Order: sequence, then C-alpha cells, then structure tokens
Amino acid sequence: MGDERDMNTAERALTASHTLEYTYKRSLGPILSRFFTGLRDRKLFGIRRADGTVMVPPREYDPDTGQALDEMVELPGEGVVRSWSWVAQPRPQQPLDHPFAYALVQVDGSETPFLHVVDAGDEANMETGMRVRIRWAGETAGAITDFVFVPA
Amino acid sequence: MREVAVVGFTQSPSVRREPDRNEVEILIPVLQALREQTGLAGAECDFICSGSSDYLAGQSFAFVSGLDAVGAWPPVSESHVEMDGAWALYEAWVKIQMGYADTALAYGFGKPSMGDLPITLALQLDPYSVMPLWPDTISVAGLQARHCLERGLFTADEMAAVAVRDRGNAKTNPYAQVKGDFTVEGILAEPFLVNPLRKSDCAPISDGASAILLAAGDRATQICERPAWIRGFEHICEPMDFGVRDLGRSRGTEIAAEKAGVSSDKIDVAELSAPFTHQSILVERALGLPPETRINPSGGALAGNPLMAVGLSRIGECAARIFRGEADRAVAHATSGPCLQQNLVCVLEGR
Repeated sequence: MGDERDMNTAERALTASHTLEYTYKRSLGPILSRFFTGLRDRKLFGIRRADGTVMVPPREYDPDTGQALDEMVELPGEGVVRSWSWVAQPRPQQPLDHPFAYALVQVDGSETPFLHVVDAGDEANMETGMRVRIRWAGETAGAITDFVFVPA
Repeated sequence: MREVAVVGFTQSPSVRREPDRNEVEILIPVLQALREQTGLAGAECDFICSGSSDYLAGQSFAFVSGLDAVGAWPPVSESHVEMDGAWALYEAWVKIQMGYADTALAYGFGKPSMGDLPITLALQLDPYSVMPLWPDTISVAGLQARHCLERGLFTADEMAAVAVRDRGNAKTNPYAQVKGDFTVEGILAEPFLVNPLRKSDCAPISDGASAILLAAGDRATQICERPAWIRGFEHICEPMDFGVRDLGRSRGTEIAAEKAGVSSDKIDVAELSAPFTHQSILVERALGLPPETRINPSGGALAGNPLMAVGLSRIGECAARIFRGEADRAVAHATSGPCLQQNLVCVLEGR
C-alpha cells in the first residue's frame, strides 16, 4: 500500500468497477403473463378498463378505480405517435445501436399511449401524429423487446 | 396537530463528482455542521430518518452504512425511505405528530456519479413493460416536454428562461453547481441533447447530501430563534402508466398544494425541485404561485441536483430564509419518479 499518508489522494485511492444486477426470477402474474405470451406469438393485447376503454400494456387493476380487470382485447399492430424524443446517441443498453426515437404510441383500438421505440432511421422522419406499425423481431421471447415500431 | 418546525438545515456543496469521498464521508461534515447549528444531530434526536437509493450505490441495504455518519450507539430509533430526503422528513414529521418524538433528524444523500444516472433511473420504471427498453431520464422527460410544447402550453423560450432565472439566482449560492449569466438566445442555440431537450433544460448530475432537524413546540424555540413552522405537508403519487396521466399538468402537485394550504395566504419564496425546465413551469402552475413570489432564490434543482437530497434541500432553503427573517411564508416542492409522477409540497411559516 505504500505510504499511508497518500491513501486518500485520487492517485492512490482503491477503485473497482461494480456491475448492478437484479439476479432474481419473477412471476409475471395472470395479466402480464398473457400479454407477454401474446408477444411471443406476435400478438398485441390490451385490457378493457372499467369505463369500457382499452389500455395497453394491460394492468391487473384499473389505474383510476382500482377495479380488477381481466377482459383481454387483441389489438392491431399499428397506431399513432403522440409524442417522441430523438436519441441521437444511443447508450449501450438501449435497444438499437443507431439513432432512434422513444415515443408514446397509441395503438388503434386503445385509448392509452405507451412508451416504446420507433426505428425511423432519421429524425426528419419523425412527427407527432405519424402512423407506425409493429416490426417483430426475428425470434420472439415473450418480452417487451420482441418488437419495435417503424413508420407505416 | 402538534406545532412542528424546521430548526436547522445544512448541506454539502453539489458537485459533479466526488472522486474520493464515499456517502458517509460526504454526510459527516453535513451532520457536524447541523450539530454546531442546533446542538444536536445524532443519537440525541428522538428519531432519525434517511432518504437514499440503493440503486445509486449499486448494492442492497447501502443506506445502512449511512448510519455510520450518525453514530448508532447508544441505540437509536431510526428509519429509511428509498426516496428523496423530503419524504424522510415527512415520515419524521408524522412520527412527531404521533407523539413518539419531540426532535427528529432527517437526511438525504446520493452519489449518482458512480453510474450513468440517466440509465440508472430507467430502473425506476415498470420492470416488465418499460424498463427493458432502457428509456433514459432525458428521453422520458422529452416525451413530456414535446407533448407540452406541441399543445402550446408554453414555448422553448419560456423553458430557457427558467434556466436563465435559476442559474442567475444560483450565483449567490455557494453550494450550487451550475450558475452564471445564461441567456435565452444562448440556450436556444445549444444543440439538442435529446430533441426536444437541450443540455440547459436539464438539471446537472450532482453528488451531495443535506440534513434537517425538526422539533416540536417549545423545543423548537429553544433550539432556533426563528423556527420555520410546518403549516402544511402533503404528497401525492400519480399512476405509473404515462398513457393514463395528463402529462401537460402536474395533477399530483395541484392536489398536494391544495391539501397543504398553499393558496390561503401570500408566498414570499418558493423552492422547486423540478429537474427539467418544462417541469419547473408545470410545477409553478400547479402550485398557483402569485406573481410576487420569488421562485428558486437558491437556483433550485437546475443549479444543483444531489439526487435523494435535492428535495430535502428545497425545504431547507425555504426554512433558512425564514430563520434569517428574509421570508415569512414559503413553499417547498420535491418530486420523484418519471415526468413528475410523485410530488410533495411543504408550507413553512415564521412568526
């Protein structure tokens, strides 16, 4: 360790990298299990809320009333961009390694936009109100990353 | 209700990176200063509550080591929230209201420089349907900003003006990190960090800590010449799904402000914890501040953003102005979660 007087200086301080992990397996519960099984089968499901509207991703309980929900509704794989952010420099963890948009997409037949990815190629192709459709991954795993949206 | 007041407040400087000091070492001088200010800051307090995030530290139960800064002997009555220290203060306030304590210490600390903060914060999103897409904080805030801009709720100029105001105010705050004479034109000329947000629209990433001492009734006036009495204290959480929220207003702040009694009288000072310029505008509107209120005299979160302490510091900055006789009535705001999901409002008064 050398001279103890130097131990608090930046040059001599011990440093180590640390990887943050969540090493548990979790159960998805009755509703999200059906949602993600649907994605594996290349189908998108929402759930009917107490007021008759459809929300996606489906939740076990209505966010406003707390009422238990269970009527799954299959939705078409296309919709409208309600807002977007352009990621010019994707981080390593993010789903695409080239520039893309995070967007709030309202799928046809549902009333609640949800956050997902639009692979639009160029920022100039993005516009609120634009139509997008799902592009499925070559192999689906039953995960939210099984698809991205592309301009329709 | 018991009469409870903020009677002491101390903080560390907000810095982009503390290369050598760990969280405990950042906290120790903050708590020493609080002891000098008030006479007590550790085991002498009836109750101790901290706010911090294991996700920032990268290990579970990291907050336990924070207690080393307090000293855990003799045994203390303490608690922790995985939230900003403002919520730790709320728990301490409830503890005093329940009659279990007359004095309480609340502190918050965070060292986000150890990771890539915008990515670390993706971990607070729904773990199944959102987080695996790794939406960084700036992109998520950008969805809200564009929604507001395109609805015509405010302009990019008005957003830039918030940064100009806060960082100008921060010039007199020795604890602030980003300060100086910015201009709207200069900010609008910045490239987008994540379109529609520019760097100046975003709060900095800061390491830091702060602490507040609460006391009830006579204890408060014994410790502090002019205590900042808590007149209202509320927090409200909105649903996690963006699609079921109105991102063009901060409904949670509106409800908390109403319950805390913000509108019942004049407000000299307001300190807001909004980490993005557009969120500052939404919070200002939700609080219904009168035009004469001085907003963010410390610079607010846009000038220094020590995660897990920044909200507590807003309450402390308001209280310090009451201690010094610069304000009689003040409103502090703290937030947590994406797009202002959860909000806390605290009304303080001198007398």
